[in-house]
Amino acid sequence: MSTPFYVSPEQLMKDRADFARKGIARGRSLAAVQYADGVLLVTENPSQALHKVSELYDRLAFAAVGRYNEFENLRIAGVRLADMRGYSYDRRDVTGRGLANAYAQTLGTIFSSGGEKPYEVEIFVAEVGATAAGDQIYRLTYEGRVADEHGFAVMGGDADTVSSYLTEHYTDGASLDAALQVAVAALGHTSDGGQVQDRVIPVEDLEVAVLDRTRSQPRKFRRILPARLAELLGDRGPAETAPEQHSSETPAGGAAETGGGDEPPVAPPL
Amino acid sequence: MSDARIPGAFLRPGTSSFSDFLAENAPDLLPARRSLPAGSPGVTGEFAPHGTTIVAVTFPGGLVMAGDRRATMGNVIAQRDIQKVFPADEYSVVGIAGTAGLAVEMVRLFQVELEHYEKIEGSILSLDGKANRLSALIRANLGMAMQGLAVVPMFAGYDLDSGAGRIFGYDVTGGRHEEASFFTVGSGSLFARGALKKLWRDDLSSDDAVRVCLQALYDAADDDSATGGPDLTRRIFPIVWVVTADGAVQLDEGAIGALADQVVGARMARPDGPLAPLPGGGEETQA
Repeated sequence: MSTPFYVSPEQLMKDRADFARKGIARGRSLAAVQYADGVLLVTENPSQALHKVSELYDRLAFAAVGRYNEFENLRIAGVRLADMRGYSYDRRDVTGRGLANAYAQTLGTIFSSGGEKPYEVEIFVAEVGATAAGDQIYRLTYEGRVADEHGFAVMGGDADTVSSYLTEHYTDGASLDAALQVAVAALGHTSDGGQVQDRVIPVEDLEVAVLDRTRSQPRKFRRILPARLAELLGDRGPAETAPEQHSSETPAGGAAETGGGDEPPVAPPL
Repeated sequence: MSDARIPGAFLRPGTSSFSDFLAENAPDLLPARRSLPAGSPGVTGEFAPHGTTIVAVTFPGGLVMAGDRRATMGNVIAQRDIQKVFPADEYSVVGIAGTAGLAVEMVRLFQVELEHYEKIEGSILSLDGKANRLSALIRANLGMAMQGLAVVPMFAGYDLDSGAGRIFGYDVTGGRHEEASFFTVGSGSLFARGALKKLWRDDLSSDDAVRVCLQALYDAADDDSATGGPDLTRRIFPIVWVVTADGAVQLDEGAIGALADQVVGARMARPDGPLAPLPGGGEETQA
């Protein structure tokens, strides 16, 4: 019988955090940007069916990067939680803070429990208020940390590069088309092997949704479809699809787990 | 496991139906799951307010649903301004007759049910799918219905696939049937139906369809004590929803008030309402 090696709690947590961070870094970035009428969520997602941005409740939206099966689970839990709370109390009693807390507790417990692998996801819960002052973007990380972001927030693969672009170009209270143009340009602003380059992302590869407080229905979430997107973005020059090695976050993306993305997937040892 | 964590049932993949999820995890929230005290079956209904007449008519490209505003409790008028026609989602409406308290809760559950499915699946249910879900909710209420707390809704919506308005009627056992042209439920429904038979035609405009509904409700109120007519002194008028390809829209009070004034004005001259032509009769037709 072998004696297990001693692993310090610091090392254990660091290893788990590294594992989760690596998983998240494989995906493409997602940006949340506040604009005059609400919150805009933009990401690069070639799939029309598997969404990374979706509706949670009247004034709430959910956006995630990382492993699809894990954040899809969290999204469904959020919809159920919100609908149940709204049904048993009132629609106004479903708040972004409540959901962000529930997510934080869940992610935190999973991260620190020894039995489960940490979730490789990062989440935004966005909320639109009656005025711009009431808008909120909550960022939730894999270890259950909650942060309250203002103006804009970026998560996923190349978050630092994208976010540096937004820091330079973001303006408060911009119109929808202006905010969208900045956000899409920021997502195309990526570093590839230390070299920063700007890419024009084709409209078909963009997933865009807004929480729009000017919408007359109680449900403020609205997807912006490619036809409308092209209109809003205007002429941007020739588009360029993202390089292949980045697209490892679809449900079947287990291949990247075993190491290099080029290698064929290997079944995990039993 | 910490208590603040989202319970496992929420994270488990499975049903996209909100009512099924409640049945499994919080059955006490379902309106139909409440048990009544034993004894005196059949009289419970007299203690709870009842909603009365709902009418719906189709027109090319959509439909109109309208309901009077009265709730009764035995011989007493329980409420003069109750709302009995509700939006179910963006393209459909539901009207309720029967035990008001239960019916309103059932509508609330139905609304969440449709929205929940839409959010989880990322697509809207077909109109038949929505109508079937309502069947299931009514069927679950059968036990209460047997004890006098029946809920009989009517569902109608714009079918995005066929591009037409469709109306579904129900019975207390959840049985549903589709009506092609017009339908009525509630205590005044017989009288309203009689009026609709004479007034409905297949080329109504949306405005005329609203007029037809108001006339039918007036006739229902004329002969049924539990149905409220237009309340001219308090300015309480029927609730009217128009559903077209652009979605469901409730007509505002002012517009309904003006139409109701027209209807009442015409009834001053002819209390029995518009005269239907009598083909093959004498030169002067009789109503």
